[in-house]
Amino acid sequence: MIEVVNLTKRYGRHTAVDGVSFSVQKGEILGFLGPNGAGKTTTMRILTCYLPATEGTARVAGFDVFEQPLEVKRRIGYIPETPPLYPDMEVADFLSFCSKIKGIPGKDRRRKIDEAIEKTRLVDVRNKHIGKLSKGYRQRVGLAQAILANPDVLILDEPTAGLDPKQILETRELIKSLGGEHTIILSTHILPEVEVTCGRVVIINKGKVVAEDTPENLTQRLRGSGALRVEARGETGPLFDLLRTVPGVIGLRPKGDAGDGVVAFEVDAEAGRDLRPELARAVVGAGHDLVGLSRLGMSLEEIFLQITTTDSADGAAPEAPAAAEAPATEAS
Amino acid sequence: MSSLRNVSAIVEKEWRHYFGSPIAYVLLFVWTFLFGRFFQVAFEYFLLASARQGGMEMGMGPKMSLNEWVLRPLFQNMAVVALFVIPMLTMRLFAEEKRQGTIELLSTNPLTDWQVVLGKFFAATGLFGFMILVSLVNFVPLWVYATTAPDWKPVATGVLALLLYGASLIAVGTFISTLTRNQIVAGILSFCAFLALLTLGWADDPAAGPLQQAIAYLSVTAHMEDMTKGVLDLKDVVFYLSFSGFGLFLAQQSVESQRWRA
Repeated sequence: MIEVVNLTKRYGRHTAVDGVSFSVQKGEILGFLGPNGAGKTTTMRILTCYLPATEGTARVAGFDVFEQPLEVKRRIGYIPETPPLYPDMEVADFLSFCSKIKGIPGKDRRRKIDEAIEKTRLVDVRNKHIGKLSKGYRQRVGLAQAILANPDVLILDEPTAGLDPKQILETRELIKSLGGEHTIILSTHILPEVEVTCGRVVIINKGKVVAEDTPENLTQRLRGSGALRVEARGETGPLFDLLRTVPGVIGLRPKGDAGDGVVAFEVDAEAGRDLRPELARAVVGAGHDLVGLSRLGMSLEEIFLQITTTDSADGAAPEAPAAAEAPATEAS
Repeated sequence: MSSLRNVSAIVEKEWRHYFGSPIAYVLLFVWTFLFGRFFQVAFEYFLLASARQGGMEMGMGPKMSLNEWVLRPLFQNMAVVALFVIPMLTMRLFAEEKRQGTIELLSTNPLTDWQVVLGKFFAATGLFGFMILVSLVNFVPLWVYATTAPDWKPVATGVLALLLYGASLIAVGTFISTLTRNQIVAGILSFCAFLALLTLGWADDPAAGPLQQAIAYLSVTAHMEDMTKGVLDLKDVVFYLSFSGFGLFLAQQSVESQRWRA
């Protein structure tokens, strides 16, 4: 549905988007993840024909964003980060204006407006001035505008930014319910968002795609060979020696005193091996109390930081994903 | 068909804005008040002068013309008033969309830049036309009370002149509004531009060189001259239409180019 090839956008000497490529299948929800200033908004603006790309191509539903912008715009519903709304218009009037410029035929307008108002739960504010609405409602008016013409593609730039937790949950539910029917690209710098809503994630940093996978796989990938945390009652010294001798352990780091006579270790295991049973047997067999044994799964949050936080000293952005890539290839 | 619908959607939105805020009412008030006042002053002067003339010459002198004494000064005064009023109509057209970020709404929906520019231009010109229409009430007494009804044609050409002249200024104002996101800046710049266009006419001097005459030709006020006297010259109509077209072309180019510079 959406195909982006080698997209580059330069502002003078600054490169905001640098050779970004990805594609989105019909009905998919793609999460576009990156820190602020990573180039998410710029990429989305190119896709919505708001900005021209410096290089590369982007196609939406088979239409080139540069060659046939009107065809592309007809198929896209878009909300920028701050929804563009006319504060002095009433919600229903605003949507009526949008329905006209979106080319919805006159006889369908009322029905489509009512549908959008219902879906985004705006019924009780439909005759209020947009300027008097709270941030959450405004975001929903923006969303109502985007889904009004029932477009094939929805592009949502930080749709939950600035909402309260309840509104965030509601918005996520709404977005999820829109998937399948619509192809959605959703940008965010809030990680749980993609974990909850998206089928696939593209992580972008400094204008480059640094990782692309399902949220589960990304977590898996960086979990790597599976670091474990072992907590046992006893002295650090003997336990260290004990754990070191367990076959398959390739790395061992004491993590200090966990309180109540318990010491903790981080254990790196050989690729593909689950050492939990062996470790448990070793600790208990040596007469220590095993208090805790868990996999050190990385949250998307940590992955994100690991991938996007690069040594600015040598600016080695591609290194992090390379490191992330390695365990995955081994595992498969 | 669809482009017509898009343009009219923009026009409707702009009118909603004009009448949803005090702008339209304030401008209507100022315009109609000044129109009425200038009409009254010119008319009283006309009555006084014609009474005096009638007393002196026993009605034998050249007949005083209503066009020359009332309509011409009235329309020319209103042309000056328009210099102040039109920036207030046009300054927000694009500047506000840019500041509010709603320009992104317009440019990511299936609209062309031309449709947006034309929609805004027609909305402002329509409101200006409405202002003129309302102020025509002033002429009603002429037809009701004058013993011989005055000729309606000079009024019609005068109104047409004012409308065409206004449209030209609105086109320029629309263009200037695309240049900034600050309405006040757009308003001030438009006013300066209009004054500059007015002063161009002062360069008109039959003895002057061709360059100076060419400059004088561009004066938006000079082309009203004949029409306010009741003479409709196609040349002047074409001038105003092409002037407006050029302003709108600049506006469209400016909107489009900002995408590239963004």
